[in-house]
Amino acid sequence: MTKIVVLVKEVPDAAVHKQVDSSTGRLDRSGEKTLNPFDTHAIEAALQLKESGALPVDEVVAITVGPAGAEKALHKAVSLGADRSIHLADDAVAGSDVVATGYALAELVKRENPDLVLLGQQSDDGQSYAVGAVVAENLGWPGLTQVIKLDVSGTELTCERQAEYGYDTVKVTLPAVISVGDAINEPRYPSLKAIMGAKKKPLEKLTVADAGIDASKVGAEGSQAVWQSAKQPPAKSAGEIIEDDDTAATVEKIVNWLDERKLI
Amino acid sequence: MSNILVYALHHEGAINKNSLGAISTASKLAAELGGEVHVALVGEDISDDVAGSVGKYGAAKALRVNAPAGVAQPVVDALDTIASAGDYGYAIFGGGLLGFEAGAGLAARRGGGIAVEITGLRVDGGQLVAERPILGDSSISEIKFKGFGVVVGRLNAFEVVESGSPVAVEDVAVSLSDASGKVSVVTRGEQRGADVNIEDANVLITGGRGLGKPENFSLADDLAKAFGGNSAVAATRAAVDAGWYPYAGQIGQTGKTVAPKLYLGLGVSGAIQHKVGMQSAENIVAINKDSNAPIFEFADLGVVGDLHTITPALTEAIKAKKG
Ligand SMILES: Cc1cc2nc3c(=O)[nH]c(=O)nc-3n(C[C@H](O)[C@H](O)[C@H](O)COP(=O)(O)OP(=O)(O)OC[C@H]3O[C@@H](n4cnc5c(N)ncnc54)[C@H](O)[C@@H]3O)c2cc1C
Ligand SMILES: Nc1ncnc2c1ncn2[C@@H]1O[C@H](COP(=O)(O)O)[C@@H](O)[C@H]1O
Repeated sequence: MTKIVVLVKEVPDAAVHKQVDSSTGRLDRSGEKTLNPFDTHAIEAALQLKESGALPVDEVVAITVGPAGAEKALHKAVSLGADRSIHLADDAVAGSDVVATGYALAELVKRENPDLVLLGQQSDDGQSYAVGAVVAENLGWPGLTQVIKLDVSGTELTCERQAEYGYDTVKVTLPAVISVGDAINEPRYPSLKAIMGAKKKPLEKLTVADAGIDASKVGAEGSQAVWQSAKQPPAKSAGEIIEDDDTAATVEKIVNWLDERKLI
Repeated sequence: MSNILVYALHHEGAINKNSLGAISTASKLAAELGGEVHVALVGEDISDDVAGSVGKYGAAKALRVNAPAGVAQPVVDALDTIASAGDYGYAIFGGGLLGFEAGAGLAARRGGGIAVEITGLRVDGGQLVAERPILGDSSISEIKFKGFGVVVGRLNAFEVVESGSPVAVEDVAVSLSDASGKVSVVTRGEQRGADVNIEDANVLITGGRGLGKPENFSLADDLAKAFGGNSAVAATRAAVDAGWYPYAGQIGQTGKTVAPKLYLGLGVSGAIQHKVGMQSAENIVAINKDSNAPIFEFADLGVVGDLHTITPALTEAIKAKKG
């Protein structure tokens, strides 16, 4: 039997205006939060592997590293179909950079010893596309990111993705860490019953000490990349906006705009 | 801690333009840091000419590693071996998918830090400072490193500058890690779909996921035809990955960089990875039904509305105007 771990992150809701805390140069993480939309594709990929029988999956475990509220993202993950979840919630990890976060996640993965780790192509807020590669490196496992097609045969994955010269097909041997692109599938919506049932699925809360994580390698102290105060880029004059209430009028405005610039 | 190691991505006998930009930028920075730029090339058939050409952009050394190309793990093994044997404070990647993967792997293996999507680099107090635009480019953060620093540039961020002449190539032997043996490239750089030309067009109508289905690319086609002359249809990665449009027509980080007179997006959200490939367009117009779409932050003309009603009417109006 095989086990799949899915790494999920809580991010600010896209509909909410994001801003930077000018005293720290970091993202202001207050405000409405949600499960990183890209991670729902990773959960869906895990469920499809399980349901299709491509892998004899007996368990899908969602893991997150994040502040107290982040368990909302885990509730969403289990309502989508993960069997249980793990939350590393410890002030000691606050301020971790990509390498520190990936290290902590890898330690959590080790405790579960899965056959496959799936994650999203990018976090909506961090957007480093790098956490997967850091987790793979810490585990000493092969890894591949931005995968949009995943076929399994025994312990071999055949992955397709778009890289800088076109589409690549790459074979990867399990256990492996795979980040999936949003084109890989169409995530399902959780049923009302699943949403209600989510709170009953096991959620394990861990501290750095519980998980055997070296506290000196996480948090702002343990991070090698130091973020500094943000500045504003040179101001760009704002564009014109047309709200389309009356299509004939809208089209006329667009045509005039284009005509003034000799674009027609 | 004064030398800089740069990874040069190459394919079919040519070094990636973003890597050449990284070498050019690194050579300027290394001079300020009092060190040299050494360039690593990883692959199985890299000629002396190709490897040695990195000297033209300011590299003092060309280090060639004979290992499989196209995946990150051998690159991490190669750069880690080289970094362990020398005096390197930083590694710089020109960007691209492999840059993110290999850069992150290298930072993790060497216990360093990583900064991605970097648009500017400077030296301050003997240290590199990297500029990272965040929040849809509305703000810029600066990143410094306590120890070994890995920098991955944003697409087209570093300018290619010729400043020297070819250097001799040194071959470096690297023993590959376990993980490297567990990834293998079956095919690389497959061009899916027809060979459309979007780089020479004056007017580019770009279709995104908002078109809804492949047949709706006809809306973009008809609009392009109405403009006539030198116009073409392009697409986002979302549309290309869905099989709606050929890869050759994709704009962005893993597609083409374009600078038409007019870019007109239909159902394009304007993600950073798309923006980096089209922000030099002279005029940017976007039709999107979500007034919060990031593309409205940089469009010259933003139209908030349903593309399915606006586009056909616009096509007719332009045809009428042209008579
Ligand atoms: C490493 C990496 C590399 C990448 N490389 C590229 C690249 O090269 N090129 C690229 O484009 N992307 C690239 N991406 C993907 C990028 O992040 C975005 O996911 C992608 O650009 C989104 O494409 P889209 O705008 O078509 O789709 P979406 O982001 O889904 O946007 C669709 C838009 O259509 C609008 N819409 C829907 N229906 C209608 C309607 N009826 N009328 C009007 N508007 C409507 C919606 O409001 C939405 O804003 C890359 C990502 C990563 C992580
Ligand atoms: N703190 C975290 N906890 C769990 N998973 C994470 C965390 N940060 C990032 N990830 C995963 O890594 C992916 C890529 O994130 P990033 O490298 O930040 O763009 C996300 O889609 C998540 O699946």
